[in-house]
Formats: sequence, structure tokens, C-alpha cells
Amino acid sequence: MDAVAREHQRELGPREDTFPKLVQWNAERTPGKIAIREKEYGIWQPYTWRDYFDQSRLIALGLMSLGFARGDKTAIVGDNRPPLYWSVMATQALGGVPVPLYQDSGEKEMAYIVEHAEARFAVVEDQEQVDKLLHVKAQCPRLEYVIYVEPRGLRSYDQPFLLSLAELRLRGRRYAEAHPGAFEAEMAKGRADDTAIICYTSGTTGTPKGAMLSYRNIILTARNAIAFETLGADEEILSYLPMAWVGDHVFSYAQSIVAGFAANCPESAATVLSDLKEIGPTYFFAPPRIWESLLTTVMVRIEDCAWPKRKLVQFFLGLAQTMERARLSSAPVPAWCRLLYPLGRLLVYGPLTDNLGMRRVRRAYTAGEAIGPEIFLFFRSLGINVKQLYGMTEASVFVTIQKDGDVRLDTVGTPVRDVQIRISDGGEVLFRSPGVFQGYYKNPEATRQTVENGWLHSGDAGFLDTQGHLKIIDRAKDVTRLADGTIFPPKYLENKLKFSPYVKEAVCIGQDRPFVGALVNIDLDAVGNWAERRGIAYTSYTDLSQKPEVYELVRGEVDRVNLSLLDDERLKGARIRRFLILHKELDPDDEEITRTRKVRRGYIAQKYQALIEALYGESERVQVDAQVTYEDGRTGTIRADVRIEDVDAPAVGAVAR
Amino acid sequence: MTQGERGGALLQVEGISVRFGALLALNRVSLDVYQGEIVAIIGPNGAGKTTLLNVISGFYHPYEGRIAFDGRDRTHLSPPDVAALGLARTFQNVALFKGMSVLDNIMTGRLLKMRGHFLLDALWWGPARRQELEHRAFVERIIDFLEIQAIRKTPAGRLPYGLQKRVELARALAAEPQLLLLDEPMAGMNVEEKEDMCRFILDVNGEFGTTIALIEHDMGVVMDISDRVAVLDYGRKIADGTPDQVRKDQAVLDAYLGVTHD
Repeated sequence: MDAVAREHQRELGPREDTFPKLVQWNAERTPGKIAIREKEYGIWQPYTWRDYFDQSRLIALGLMSLGFARGDKTAIVGDNRPPLYWSVMATQALGGVPVPLYQDSGEKEMAYIVEHAEARFAVVEDQEQVDKLLHVKAQCPRLEYVIYVEPRGLRSYDQPFLLSLAELRLRGRRYAEAHPGAFEAEMAKGRADDTAIICYTSGTTGTPKGAMLSYRNIILTARNAIAFETLGADEEILSYLPMAWVGDHVFSYAQSIVAGFAANCPESAATVLSDLKEIGPTYFFAPPRIWESLLTTVMVRIEDCAWPKRKLVQFFLGLAQTMERARLSSAPVPAWCRLLYPLGRLLVYGPLTDNLGMRRVRRAYTAGEAIGPEIFLFFRSLGINVKQLYGMTEASVFVTIQKDGDVRLDTVGTPVRDVQIRISDGGEVLFRSPGVFQGYYKNPEATRQTVENGWLHSGDAGFLDTQGHLKIIDRAKDVTRLADGTIFPPKYLENKLKFSPYVKEAVCIGQDRPFVGALVNIDLDAVGNWAERRGIAYTSYTDLSQKPEVYELVRGEVDRVNLSLLDDERLKGARIRRFLILHKELDPDDEEITRTRKVRRGYIAQKYQALIEALYGESERVQVDAQVTYEDGRTGTIRADVRIEDVDAPAVGAVAR
Repeated sequence: MTQGERGGALLQVEGISVRFGALLALNRVSLDVYQGEIVAIIGPNGAGKTTLLNVISGFYHPYEGRIAFDGRDRTHLSPPDVAALGLARTFQNVALFKGMSVLDNIMTGRLLKMRGHFLLDALWWGPARRQELEHRAFVERIIDFLEIQAIRKTPAGRLPYGLQKRVELARALAAEPQLLLLDEPMAGMNVEEKEDMCRFILDVNGEFGTTIALIEHDMGVVMDISDRVAVLDYGRKIADGTPDQVRKDQAVLDAYLGVTHD
């Protein structure tokens, strides 16, 4: 595309330069088409584009009656619910900026973001969120009104600044009668370069930063990705990831509005798997941890089967994976595999994908973190078109996507339309695109550090291969070397460990150390189930984690990882020589991992210093005290005696499984 | 809230006594339960708490005394008749249909409200179908209220104990009771489950205005959620008042902590 055409592409017409205008356009063009569904009272309740627009308008009018001014911020907190998406649109229509927050964030985090964003209004889901806001209200003097969707339990709350969504709608209706045309006039003032949303990044380091994205950023990026993937208005998507995360905003809000497809809100967090099955999405997005937990569920169920069934499933899964591996490396697929595959589809793959709710999936993504190659392979081998996507909040998500038919295990694909990629001299991935954000809210210093002459510094180490595929190795600051100079990519090893259904989380250590050591978190469900089947009694997570049998189990997984490293000349030296199993689960409440489940290395290195020193010491046991934070904010201490195990080098001539 | 604001006595128990052979399980116990309040009945083991609940719900009949519900005497009604009056209960040991799904278990709570004709019901046609849909819609509201959507179709017997208790509460609520009797709703639960259950009990009371009488051993829970506490000991009522009054009552302290006999 030449430069003129590209510029033309970036111009947004007066009816398509903000989301409220696009929703209005959808409501006029396809008023009866379903825009969003919510499962409530056991039934999927549909809302059309007409409803979407009318409901948002009513909420906006209600906000106007409370004195909403252009530029005001609305904090939005709760599970994915249509009224919360409507509140996003209502805020945008009035020239305000929505600020979605993670629904499980604690009071401290919430107070920080509400105050930093200077939110005047908050629309929240239920009593839980109202309680949190009431506790922190004193620290957020700018917060004036709190509006809640679900009135249950709030009957006796009499704070004058609290009102229900129903009351807000009522006020909106009255306001509209008194001020006809007021909403339409406000909506018409919106421009493509206004800030559309501020997404606070959970941040593996330091305090959250608010990334400001404009309508132009998001609309153009959404449009490019829609064109890249040829998405239509008939897609179905499950909106189950936190609204505060830019991914959900782009998939469930922006792309849904731009392409006109339906978003579906699950009944509750606990019903996501069965809702997935009922909706049968055609377009599906999940971070690696969701794929991992899906795989774990499948593996546990297989273990529970009677043996003829188990053998059958294992045989066909193995077959499919052999085929998929051959396909991905463009090697010839053995004829006997091709002959048996249809039988496998009939007996195993078909029923399994159907049960997972993925039979209709045409495009599925994994992003946010590197996915274990084995996990990726597993889902692809079932015939689910899972692809890797590389994106960032600061880029309105999309940077690269794997093209259909050009999927590899170890790359994240080629740049989406209008995205240019460059690798800095230090090996960091830089890119430029229409989606590159306006900057961090009230933090020009951080903005300067991130964007240079329009090039965004991703903070990831990577390179472009000969075919133009981007390959990400690790976070740039995380790739380090052992004391003897061997390359040590911690996340790469951790992901390999995490392929095991028994390993929930792993932290590998090795920078400037003589060898690699690992802290392993077992998966309570999978290991608990495994222990029960073997008649191993345990009382608690801590007790289970320190059982000799469990150490044996994990040692097997470590062996598997070490064996697979033998294939790669550069990584051979990075095998895990000692490991221990942590006595408690890494938890976002303890600040050990972020809300999006990324390991916070610096913090862990500090908190578990005693354990890490012991890994490189002589002893076989170490005593630890660990602070835990309960959900209500109280803290307690877990004391345990943790064992450390050595792992022998893989036997020469051993064959990788 | 004072009793005056909540209206008159919904349930009046006047001087009832129950005897099992030589054992006098209840000895002239009187208890008024007012519209809209949460009353806790506490007492040491064997004090007669469950017996009192069983008398109120019609399982036992007192040999003396009188029970009035909503102003009408109903001392000698049977459990189904009592239920029809607007009284529902849960049990100390969970009494669910273990092989049936959670949904079906809760639907049984609607049975008293169903007016069926066996032929129409069998064909699931016309009014029968409409009626079932209405009841299902009502049950779904309770499922939503108690946040048990994820286990709607799970057989009740496969659920952990804490959830079974919640399902039992759901079934009791399905009968749209005026008075809800809960026999140790929090027994055997961990701290988190107890907190959830407390919240549900308060929400039921607040949202539906249901009057609640409950037996409970966890004093923290009792003091937190009850408007009034009645204390039984050896079949007699020894105290009745607000949590604060009862906490300081000497007779109650003696019953729980024991008395030194010089």
C-alpha cells in the first residue's frame, strides 16, 4: 500500500470516529442483530444493537443528570456484564474516559487507581465492589458518585452518593424529557483523537501505569485485525476475561462494535467452562494459563478413565500430536497417521473439542505470555486453529499474528497490517503502528522511556527470522547468563515445566549462578487427585507439597525438561540441577504474581532468599516462614520444612518422550 | 430495629412442654418470633433446641402449651400443613435427595405451590407446561441469589458439605416461606463458608423480608447476625434478649461455663 492510500485508510469519517457513533450506526443499520448476551437466571438474555445503544444512552443521560462533564473519568469495576459495557459507551458518548479496574484488585490497588485517574464516577457490579470503594473513599476525594448494577445486599446502605443503576436510568429518563437532544449533542462532539480509555497495566514492577488509547488507536487497530482475519458480523465471542485488561476491551467491545459481532457474558466466573460449551464461540481468546488449565482438566479426566478408554485416548492424542508436529515443521506426515486420523476424529478429537466448547472455533489466540509448545501442540492437534498473537496494551493489542496456514511453534507470527517492526542494537523488539498509544496518564517520564520517535519499546528480547516471523525469547531484562556464560532464558524453562499438569507455576533461577535451580508450585487439583488415586494421605497444601512421592513425581517432570534441552546446543548447559517444591501457592494477594499471573521475579528473589540460597548450598532441607495475605487483607504465617533435591544429568542415549 | 417497627409476633410459642418417656425435653418454653427479625436459639448440647424446632415445624406435638402462627392456633398440625402455612426449614444433618440434581432438589421446594392434574402433567401440556416454566423461573432467581449457578446440574450427593447446606437453604427458600427455620446452618463449615452463609442469611432477611429462627453453636456468628437470642438449658428458656444482653446474663454464663458448687 502506498503512503497516500495508507493515510487515507487512517482517516475516520465523522460517523465512525468514536465507539458511541459506531454503535449508533450499528443500531440504525442492523437494529435487530444481537450485540451482546448475558446468561442470567439460567437463560441467555439477548440484547440487540438497538438495545445496546438505547441502554447506553439512558445511562449517559443519568450521568448527565448527576453533572457529568467532558473529560470526567468513570471507574468501572466488575465481572463482564452488559451494563458495564454500556457504561463504557455512556462515558465515551459524554466525552469522558472510562477506566476499567480488575474486579479482584484489593483496596490499596483500587484506591491508587481511582485516585490517580481522578475518577469522579464509578459504576460497579455489586456489594463486594461497593464495600471496597466505601473503604477507600476517604483516600479518593474526587470520587463523587458510586453506581451499582446488582442491588442485592445494599438495601440498608444509605450513603447519599450511592445509587442503583435502576435509579440512574430513571433519572436519565427524566433528564431526557427536560433536555431533549442533550445526549445527541454531546455524542456528536467526540473526535478520533480523544482519549477513548485508560487501561492500567498490572505491571510486573512498580505501581500501575495508565495507558491512554485514543479512538483512532483502537478503531484502526481493530479494523486492521478484522481485515487480517476476515472476521464477520456473525462471529460469537465469550467475554470472560477481566474488563480491565486491554484484550477484553478490544475483543469484547471494540472489535464487537466495529465488526458488529456478538459478545457473550458468562453467568459467573465459576460457570465459564459450561457457558463456553453452550455458546460455542467462533472466535476465542485465552492467555496461556487458561489453555494450561483446560489441558489440566482434560488430563485429569483421562487419568480417571477406565484403562481401555484411557489407552485409546492416549493413543489417538499421541497420533494427532505426531502429525501436528510434522505439519508445523513442514515434514512429511506418515501415511499410517493420515489413515488413522479420521477414526481419531470420530472417536476422540470430535467429542473432545465439542466438550471443550471449541467445535465452532475458527480462530483462537493465545497471548500475553509465551505458551508451552506442548500445550500449543495439544490444542492444534485436536484441529482447533489456535494461533499465537503478540500484543501489548500500549499498542491497542495487535502487533503480530500467525497467519492461517503459516503457524509455527516457536514464533509469534508476522506483523499485522500497518505495523512496522525493528530490532534495536540491544536485541529489543521495537515497533510502530497506528495503535501506538497516546502516553501514560500523568506520567510523561514513563512515556518518554517507552516511545522514541514513534517507535515503541516493547521490553521484549527477540528477533525476526528469515521469513519475517517475530520470535520472542523472553523479557529483555530477564534473559541472562549463568556464571560460566551459558545462556539462561528462565521463562523458556518455566514454560516447559508448566506443561506438566502437576506443575502450576515454576520459577527458575540461574543468573550469575553456577547452575540452574527451580522453585516449583504443584497444582493442588491435579496432584491431589494423583495422590488420592495412590492412597497417599495429606492434610494441607503444605503437607502434600513435601511428600517424598510428590518429589518423585516432580523429579520426573524436571527430567523431561532436561531431556528436551539436549536438542538445543545453546541451551544444553541450562539444565535444572536442583529443585524444591514451594510449600505455598504463589498468589497475587501476596504480590508474588501479578493479577494476570505473571511471576514477579524481583519480589520472589527477595522473599524466598533463604530458599534460593539453600538451592545453591549443601543442605537437603531448609526451614522457612512465609507471609500469606488472606482475601480480607489479614496476614498470617506459614511455617514449613522444605526439601531440596538434586537431579542427575539425563542418561546419555536416553530418548525424549 | 425495634420489635415495634417489625410488626407483631409471627410465631407465638406459649408454655410448651415435650416429654420423651421420663425425659422432659422442653419444660414450659415460651418464645415469640416477630415479623422480619432473625432470632437465634442457643444452648449447650441436649438443651432442647432441635426439639423446639421440631415442635414448631409440626414433627412433635407438645403435651401442653400452645403454638400460634400468624395469629391462628396451630398446635396440632402435621408438617405438610405447617409448610402450607408458610414455614420452611433446613436440617441439622443435610436431608437432600442425593441422586437428584441441585435444580430438581430445589424444584421440590415448589411442590406445595404446584396445582397439577396428573394427565396434563404427564403430557407436559398447556397449563402444566406453563406452570412448570413459572416455577423454574422462580427457582432460577433463588439459584442466582445464592450463587450456585455453577452446580445447577450437579447431583446433590456429589457436592461438598458446605454447598449441600446452601442447596438446602435454596430448597427452603423455594417454598417462599414467611418463617424460615435453620437447624445449625453453619455446622461443619470452614471460616470462609461460614462468612458466605452469614451473608446469605442476612440477604434473605433483607431482600425477601423473611423471618428467620436459627439454631447455631458458633457464638461469633450468632452475636453478629441475630436481632435477638433465646437461650435454652435443660429444656427451659433461661434468657431472651439482644445479643448484648444475653452475653452479660449470669444464668447464661453459668450454663455455658458451669457453676462452682461449694
